[in-house]
Amino acid sequence: MKIAVLSGKGGTGKTLVSVNLAAAAKEAVYIDCDVEEPNGHLFFKPEKIESVDVSIKMPYVDEGLCVGCRKCVDFCKYNALAYIGTKLYVFEEVCHSCGGCVMFCPEKALSEKDKVIGEVKRGISENITVITGIMNTGETSGIPIIKKLLEDKNESKNLTFIDCPPGSACIVMESIKDADYCILVAEPSLFGVHNLEMVYELINLFKKPHGVVLNKCFNGNNPSEKFCIEKGIKILGKIPFDNELGTLNSNALISVRKSEKYRDIFASLLQTVMKETI
Amino acid sequence: MKIAIPVDDKTMESNICISFGRTPYFLIYDTKTKDSVFLDNSAAASQGGAGIKAAQTVVDRKVVALITPRCGENAAEVMQVANIKIYKSMNNSIRDNIEAVKNGKLSLLDDIHAGFHGHGGE
Repeated sequence: MKIAVLSGKGGTGKTLVSVNLAAAAKEAVYIDCDVEEPNGHLFFKPEKIESVDVSIKMPYVDEGLCVGCRKCVDFCKYNALAYIGTKLYVFEEVCHSCGGCVMFCPEKALSEKDKVIGEVKRGISENITVITGIMNTGETSGIPIIKKLLEDKNESKNLTFIDCPPGSACIVMESIKDADYCILVAEPSLFGVHNLEMVYELINLFKKPHGVVLNKCFNGNNPSEKFCIEKGIKILGKIPFDNELGTLNSNALISVRKSEKYRDIFASLLQTVMKETI
Repeated sequence: MKIAIPVDDKTMESNICISFGRTPYFLIYDTKTKDSVFLDNSAAASQGGAGIKAAQTVVDRKVVALITPRCGENAAEVMQVANIKIYKSMNNSIRDNIEAVKNGKLSLLDDIHAGFHGHGGE
């Protein structure tokens, strides 16, 4: 069972919800797909870390073999290649690693080399397996790292929480692709409901079963709640806008492990989610 | 010498285009023969890497100078390896800029931007 936790913007509470739901389970896997700024590990502080590099393929030219026919330059729809003077130039940050130029080169002057763009770290934190994707600074796409994070098919036997990157772009699509259920986290503001609408559209495109967790709730108007009621979206639970929770969270503590009140809140939220996924 | 200029239209009265990579046309102007040729910029509608492809077009015309209001870092890299000087345009007029570069009155473009990559940059 794979449960993805997503939201239209950062700071809504994806990590809060996914970390605490995982911690509330008897046994679970937590996967941090927010590879540009993974922070779930700050809460779990996993031990027995094992790291694996993630690399992508980059075309590499043997200048001795290149005759300057430019078949590769013409082929590349991403315009990652230029032939200047008597030399082929590869613009690595524009390249999408499709391998087409290598296939097209009649002189076999192009080959592929590995370029490390990040890593995947696995560790243990009490009852939780914590898997974190980390993209190196300066890289343009985290998708290969997310593919690596989610490739382990054995993981699907376990209860898995996928902490998604913010937004609704390709990198989020990659993260929710194989999810069985999506939890959308929303804030009680007009900005929040705008972002909720964006991810709501996305998960409808993917036809994913889903529900909403309303975070930072206080007395008064909640535009996100109103949106859910209007659209008939299941509200899985509400998390209060609360000093205690904020303090625990800003000290990188897992509230489920520190406070009985929050153990109850997240245990009941987990129960609701599990009922929805049956 | 041969100069390349990104332009909005295929006439000498056209404005210089604000974008290098996604300009609709390039003017290739020969200061010796006063010949002007307007090229379609096939990179204009590219999904990505427009600067690189546009630069390749310009380089292939064997120009020695480019006059443009702006230039991204990938295009600038291509220009650099091709030994093409990049001058910053002084206003929107093609003729003013050609006169200025002939008289050594244009300065080199030194604020190379990191690329807008689909985010406008206006």
